[in-house]
Amino acid sequence: MSLTDSPAKYGSVAGSETASGPLGRAALRGDGSLKVRGAATYALEQPVEGVLHCVLVQSTIGAGRVAAIDRSAAEAAPGVRLVLDAGNSLTLAPMPDFFGNTPPGDSYVPFAREISFNGELIAAVVADTLEQARAAAALLEVTYEEARSVPTFSDPRAGEGRAVDAMTKEWGEPDAAFAEAPVRIEATYETPREYNLPIEPHGLIVHFEADDRLTIYEPTQWVDGTARNYAGWFGLSFDAVRIVSPFIGGGFGSKAQGLPHSAAAAIAAKMLGRPVKLAVTRPQTFTAYGGRPATRQTLRLGAAADGRLLALDHDAASETSVTGTFTETLGIVTKMMYAVPNLSSRQNVVPVNTVLPGPFRAPGKNPSAFAFECAVDELAVELGMDPVDLRRVNEPDHDFETGKPWSSRRLLKCYDVAGEAFGWAGRNPAPRSMREGRQLIGWGMAVGTHPVYAAPGEATVRLLANGSVEVSSSAIDMGTGTYTILAQTAADVLGVPVEKVTVRLGDSRLGRAPVAGGSQLANLMTAAVHKTALAARDELVTLGLTDPNSPLRDQANTLTVADGRIGASRGGAISVGELLAATGRDHLEVTRDTLPEADRTPEERQRMFSTLAGRGALPDLPVSRHSFCAHFIEVRVDEDFGTIRVSRVVTAFDAGRLYNPKLAESQFKGGIVMGIGMALLEEGVTDPRNGRILSSNLADYRIATNADVPEITTISVGEPDYDATPLGGKAVGELSIVGVAPAIANAVYHATGRRVRSLPIKLDDLL
Amino acid sequence: MNDFDYLRATALDEASTLAKTPGTMFLAGGTTLIDLAKCGVERPGTLVDITRLPDLSAVTVDEAGATIGALATMSRVAVDAAVTERYPAVSEALLLAASAQLRNMATIGGNLMQRTRCAYFRDPAGYPACNKRMPGSGCSALENVTRDHAILGTSDQCIALYPGDLSVALTALGATVRTTSREIPIARFFVEPGDRPDRETVLERGEIVTAVHVPASAAAANSTYLKVRDRQSYEFAAASAAVGLELEEDGRTIRDIRVALGGVATVPWRAEAVEAALRGRRLGETTIREASRAAVEGARSWYANGYKIELACRVVARAIMEVGGIK
Repeated sequence: MSLTDSPAKYGSVAGSETASGPLGRAALRGDGSLKVRGAATYALEQPVEGVLHCVLVQSTIGAGRVAAIDRSAAEAAPGVRLVLDAGNSLTLAPMPDFFGNTPPGDSYVPFAREISFNGELIAAVVADTLEQARAAAALLEVTYEEARSVPTFSDPRAGEGRAVDAMTKEWGEPDAAFAEAPVRIEATYETPREYNLPIEPHGLIVHFEADDRLTIYEPTQWVDGTARNYAGWFGLSFDAVRIVSPFIGGGFGSKAQGLPHSAAAAIAAKMLGRPVKLAVTRPQTFTAYGGRPATRQTLRLGAAADGRLLALDHDAASETSVTGTFTETLGIVTKMMYAVPNLSSRQNVVPVNTVLPGPFRAPGKNPSAFAFECAVDELAVELGMDPVDLRRVNEPDHDFETGKPWSSRRLLKCYDVAGEAFGWAGRNPAPRSMREGRQLIGWGMAVGTHPVYAAPGEATVRLLANGSVEVSSSAIDMGTGTYTILAQTAADVLGVPVEKVTVRLGDSRLGRAPVAGGSQLANLMTAAVHKTALAARDELVTLGLTDPNSPLRDQANTLTVADGRIGASRGGAISVGELLAATGRDHLEVTRDTLPEADRTPEERQRMFSTLAGRGALPDLPVSRHSFCAHFIEVRVDEDFGTIRVSRVVTAFDAGRLYNPKLAESQFKGGIVMGIGMALLEEGVTDPRNGRILSSNLADYRIATNADVPEITTISVGEPDYDATPLGGKAVGELSIVGVAPAIANAVYHATGRRVRSLPIKLDDLL
Repeated sequence: MNDFDYLRATALDEASTLAKTPGTMFLAGGTTLIDLAKCGVERPGTLVDITRLPDLSAVTVDEAGATIGALATMSRVAVDAAVTERYPAVSEALLLAASAQLRNMATIGGNLMQRTRCAYFRDPAGYPACNKRMPGSGCSALENVTRDHAILGTSDQCIALYPGDLSVALTALGATVRTTSREIPIARFFVEPGDRPDRETVLERGEIVTAVHVPASAAAANSTYLKVRDRQSYEFAAASAAVGLELEEDGRTIRDIRVALGGVATVPWRAEAVEAALRGRRLGETTIREASRAAVEGARSWYANGYKIELACRVVARAIMEVGGIK
């Protein structure tokens, strides 16, 4: 059986039982039962003997410096082992983050003396119990010299910021084309700070088993990158650091970096010679790491009377911190989504007194699509065209940014299928034309996309004498389904039921894997396991044909492996276990990676997986690879109250081949739910005086509740795309959030005639 | 959270006596107190657990009214058949409050005593100045982000919002709060901030709420609680209204109407001016909308909460229309 035989799937994402092998079937999540029963051990539940408890202390000013911290009362408090601040902390070696920001100087201390944002880590208290540590932390006497802070880029003192050269792109003659365009629109769109709020807050247990050997239990989206970071901080070899992260309660991009609180816990463990546990509290998470920065985008679109886009000008800005650069890549969708012959795109980052922002589900893509897909809707209104028709007119036959052909792009099919399922043809285009009682009804649509990223991975496959299979890798599963689809992949190749495959993940002692980010992990790890399982099968066949003690020796030219048995196509088969036993083995183990063939030093190999260098190791492909989706959304707006309720969502996806339609559907729906929150609820509210986050809890920072989630219909129109990835999948995890907010904003316009260009859209915007 | 002593009271008078010591607080469901202790707002020296006190969790409904024990949980009262039938506004206010998990823990007495969600009040580390926490220390909310602050009953010392739902329904229906020493009409139970924002009710030290009594009335039996907010669940009201309505036998003329507002004031806010404007009038959308303007007499907006003035009028009007059968 070949994986390439898997048929294309249309219709509902769920219930695709048409796959010919285990991969592609809607198998249940392997980790589901453990989690439902509370039997999955998360990082802070690891039974480490003798742990001490560490709590963080964060600054309460937005800028200035810590003049003094009086530790005496805290140090004298019951149970306290250590009070840490910039004055007495062990120093670490500075390590760069993803984005190339490295702390200044020769050494790094995670506790700030110079304060650059409100909520910055300034001290930590370690005690025998959590309660003791908390009580003592409240006793720290901190004296500040407060300086004036610039908390947000809405503050006039923030200025225009600095240009990000890599974000400047121009082709054609955009100014002239815009000036001559018969139909033009210009509008500015804003999104607020949004926060990654995984249900499992950040935290860790650090255990130095010896001065030069440590184990860290920490939820991370990147075991190898995390191990490298700790090794660098403490001047240890990569192999001296073990990261254990079998289960992760969500990350959304926030659990892949070496963060100050992790350094604090590790320093405490080192200084005290005892294991230390630290849990970041929910309010602290709002400044312990950065979420999506606030963005502002001005778009100018020029079009011909028939809707063809003639010019696009995109002027963008996003916040960054005063100490580092994070670029929310706002031009990313604008440049590739439609056929635009003349384009200019640029972006500034504006330093303000905030924690350094970071990646949050579909960074760049998500706010980029919000602005652009709203602007396209505004253009459709200006042209008097149906917004789907306008998009059809501008469907590009290749990627205008790179000049490359698409590996696959089935967005027109998305319009057809989702539009029909939604009933889009029945839409009265006039705003305020549809109502039910006192509810105005609006129908809006928008498009989402996500690039297909690629990196190498590594996997180990063990065939055991009892016919079962073990797959292992340091790759992680943050609830998305890695365990499940890797079991399906191995089962597919080796001809065993999925239940016979055990998958071990999330441990740096296992094979190498890159970050679970950019929606890349499913594709690259299924490819790695596929390659490894094929190699294991080949070795088994070789064993059967050539081992002097093999009962199958010289029986045929080749052997077939299926249902846990191996044999010639004509002739008797024996169990895999019998073959292994006969040849004197209890298992057969194979490890393979998907790095391009080359002689590599161990250090270089490790760098490929523990830094972003791996992406550069893969050859540049002659195609442009993206997933696509089209959201069709209905909202109901109360005429009196301005309250917006999303009442229906139909989305069609082109995400290539789905390795497990049930899990893909969960990702699709989860992204849509998150998009509803982004459109209508989520907003980091900042005190304009001192930069303090005023909504730093889950009551005041509102994410969508079950009551806010309507019926969601997801439809896959994807076909296997072997130009995109080895097994034909494209990006899934982050795709579906992209385009939800503009679809809702466009629906709100259709319902009310009010164009709200600043998220979230709240009831007072519509009163 | 600091260390505290924990005592379990077995009788009301014992609990009252224990609580006369300064720094002592009562613990029932704990949904407000423990939250505020974690924030550093409350630092009780002693907690007196009153959840084992006998005879405080009954719900009794008879011809005279409903008597709801202070220790009855929100979730239980919300689904009580007699309460649902004869005091629908009470049941609805409970069901629209908090989350299912909180309603399972929170008690009726504690619900009355819940404190404001003012972000500055809840963050003593970041905002030492708060007249509600420490009278005379100043107000961090004034002239700042105030989308969720009050427009009615404010003072120049405090604009913190009373966040509750149940009390709004109880205020509309003229309930009485029973304590260990007296009966207090709910309209006099809550205190506007004035120059003492720290004092939120008239309860004396050691005084314990034992029950809430809601008098029976035709208006109570035809009542509703309308809560408007951006999120459909687990969010405090941007504006809410409890309305009870009794019509004359012609089915069109208003005999009795009770209106109270939530989400807009420093205390549950009875809108007597709206009631007066409608009593004796014929039901009609225009009449109701005009009369509802009186709900915000004296309202003052602070920076970002001006929207509540218009919203409150509309919520009142729609709640009246709902109980009046105007679609």
